[in-house]
Amino acid sequence: MNYVLPLAEIGSETHARVGGKAWALARMLQHGSTVPDGVCILTDAYHEYVRRTGLQTGILMALNRKNLEGARWEELWDTALHIRALFRKTPLPTELRRALAAVLAPYIDGKPVAVRSSSPGEDDAQSSFAGLHASYLNVIGMEAVLDRTRAVWASLWSDAALLYRRELKLDVAKSAMAVVIQELQAGEKSGVAFGMNPNDPSQCIIEAVHGLNQGLEDGTLDPDRWILERDSGRQLSHTAATRSHAVALNAQGVGVEPLPPALRKKAPLTNGEVCAVYDSVREMERLFGSPQDMEWTWCGHRLDLLQSRPITTLASKDPKDPRGWYLSLRRSFANLKHLREQIETIHIPALIEEAQELAQRDLSTLRDTALEAECRRRAEIYSKWHRIYWDDFIPFAHGMRLFGVAYNEALQPSDPFEFMEVLVQGDLESLARNRLLDQMAARVRSDAALATQLSAGESGNPEFQTSLKRFHEKYGGLLSGGSDPAKGSDPVVRLVLEMAKGPPRTPARAGQNKQVLEARFLAEYGNGKRLEAEELLDLARASYRLRDDDNIYLGRVKAELLRAQEALQQRRGTAAPLADGVPGEIDRLNALRNPAETREARASGVRESLDFRMATRQIVGHPAGPGIATGRARVIEKVSDLVDVKAGEILVCDAVDPNMTFVIPLAAGIVERRGGMLIHGAIIAREYGLPCVTGVADATNIVRTGDRVTVDGYLGIVIIGEATLRPISAG
Amino acid sequence: MKRKRAESPAEGLSELQRRIGALLKTQKLAVLSSQGPDGPYGSLVAFAETPDLKQLLFATTRSTRKYNNLCGNPRVALLIDNRSNRESDFYRAMAVTAIGEAREVAAQERETPVSLYLTKHPRLTDFLSSPSCALFCVGVETYLSVSRFQNVQELQIKA
Repeated sequence: MNYVLPLAEIGSETHARVGGKAWALARMLQHGSTVPDGVCILTDAYHEYVRRTGLQTGILMALNRKNLEGARWEELWDTALHIRALFRKTPLPTELRRALAAVLAPYIDGKPVAVRSSSPGEDDAQSSFAGLHASYLNVIGMEAVLDRTRAVWASLWSDAALLYRRELKLDVAKSAMAVVIQELQAGEKSGVAFGMNPNDPSQCIIEAVHGLNQGLEDGTLDPDRWILERDSGRQLSHTAATRSHAVALNAQGVGVEPLPPALRKKAPLTNGEVCAVYDSVREMERLFGSPQDMEWTWCGHRLDLLQSRPITTLASKDPKDPRGWYLSLRRSFANLKHLREQIETIHIPALIEEAQELAQRDLSTLRDTALEAECRRRAEIYSKWHRIYWDDFIPFAHGMRLFGVAYNEALQPSDPFEFMEVLVQGDLESLARNRLLDQMAARVRSDAALATQLSAGESGNPEFQTSLKRFHEKYGGLLSGGSDPAKGSDPVVRLVLEMAKGPPRTPARAGQNKQVLEARFLAEYGNGKRLEAEELLDLARASYRLRDDDNIYLGRVKAELLRAQEALQQRRGTAAPLADGVPGEIDRLNALRNPAETREARASGVRESLDFRMATRQIVGHPAGPGIATGRARVIEKVSDLVDVKAGEILVCDAVDPNMTFVIPLAAGIVERRGGMLIHGAIIAREYGLPCVTGVADATNIVRTGDRVTVDGYLGIVIIGEATLRPISAG
Repeated sequence: MKRKRAESPAEGLSELQRRIGALLKTQKLAVLSSQGPDGPYGSLVAFAETPDLKQLLFATTRSTRKYNNLCGNPRVALLIDNRSNRESDFYRAMAVTAIGEAREVAAQERETPVSLYLTKHPRLTDFLSSPSCALFCVGVETYLSVSRFQNVQELQIKA
């Protein structure tokens, strides 16, 4: 079997086996364009690999473990990470390895090459998708090339590809990936050209950076931008960028480096070079028959074309399609570093300050009209922070993912989520809040008289009152917006009383291997890269911490809005919601769920007929916190249900928010409808070492409060009814 | 897309009933578990189901170990599944375990069950008409349905 074809020998009969990128490059080469020479590993090699090793079954299992129709981005990422680990753990069969090495040897020969994805169907006019699959630059040596080839194959199942699986017609039995291996061109300036501006068909766009164009693709670098008249090539405008860095080759592949001062002042392209790029992109349009999205690089005086494909239609015209936003979450290290600085030095201090300012305001002194205006002002403030939460805070969570990928590449652990252990830390804001609750519970535990007073609805001794006041000041009560007057006393006191019934519970078990794993991760990097690895770890920890903390801070602002609204409602003597109330908790990601699933969930109420009764006994989700626990279920349908949680219960909820996790010290386990390893429920469960299963579709519909539930956090299984699991013996 | 609905853990009662009925209809053989004096015993039997899913029928000669076991202890489980001995079974196969009590169908009440049984297994006419063959009827109490590897749902039949 011939697994490799030189670009120059690719003909139309092999189109389906070489993928869109290789096919286009071959046509460009054969047309006479300057394209770096290279070869293509045909899709046959992919098929041989996944079939011969049984990996195809592994992919099927990973993809069918759960219905992906209702999956959120975190779950898709988990699935992709799992599949990537399968590829990493599965070596090439000896014969395939030998066959590939024999043909590739003359092309590689110690030279740095680019190993790039070429997916069949990816680059055709109907479904032109940019950046769904992996490509690697500056790969040296056969081992590295074959290793990267497997990584490119695995990216057929990347989270982004899974997001667009319908458009890509992803099918485990049929889909395959070809790989292009090309001579590396270390251009001095690079960029992209769009043969037609998607927003104005009379224009072309050229974007350019100094160095390689990787920085441009992932948003690390801001490019210089030229807009040209499409028909004539006449320059209409040139927007210079703040040129500070460039992407360049280094020993590890590529990296961002500071730009020499002389280049900072200089546009990457001269007018003549802009014209040459324009001519090329129009020529490619004539060759391929449609406006092209072309990547190029200048090596000395030679313009090399790296890729050409039809203008991407990835950005859906449908504003309700959230997938474009999801793709925008894939940020580079440099971008995340910048984001972190913005969040830590600007957003969070401002958010805290604003919440404090709102908390200090005595609403009782305001007249009715002023209170109404205050409500509107607070709604606007909350809206503003809500927007920032989506635009900056959530994208910053990608820091954990970036670290996870680097950790897995470096250590190749059998558990692709081992990296989470390294991120576990005790200084989350929600844990600090829980410690305050613990301290109050400890007072009650040791003071029977205080417990009796509080249980009788009295306010307790002055010390306790001070602690309680301090807690309210800092966290604004527990049930912002969810307090149920019918339930009487302060929810914080009720919670503290319940906590005091049991032994103290502090996050202790999690992160036991943290130091060992961290040292192992850092040791994988040589001196030159160690600092970068430490920085990445630090960024990931900040990302982990902020993913929880930002919700707590945002929760304070929300609590303040609700405080004002409740005050106004009381004056008006109505419980009706205000017209300009809290902006709905718009979960844009929920739109990723299939509407059919929601309908189905509603239809699932019927469980009994004249002759039959049905019950769900066991459901599979994602294992998100190891351990096994059995207990009484407490289904959380609204915020006020949280105060009813009793020690030892299993929390069953739709989605855990850090503002809800004050009950975690009481819980024995967590079951959550939302899925993924990076969701709040999974993070807090790990901190407390609680068994946790996420991604349980319709968890709150299936389980009823009072059901006996077993959470198997090792396998991601929830068993409803009397547990038949025996305790796991140490042996 | 049709499968998706069938695999939701929160599917409704009628959907679960439909799926179990469809599986029983398409499968001819079941694994019968019985309990004898020497312990548990498994055997393959040709079965048929009543349209209301409340009863399962199977036949056996009286000289078998299973017949002996059933005379001593009528509690049985029958496993019916659609596995195809392929890797895809791990996520695609469905298995149903029926739990209930078996009793031999008396001569005077054989007509309807025999007709039902032979409609599904016409080749077993001679076997069933042999004086040494006994027709058993299992009154099903519970069906346990397992799909997508680990999702388990229970369909109880009210007494």
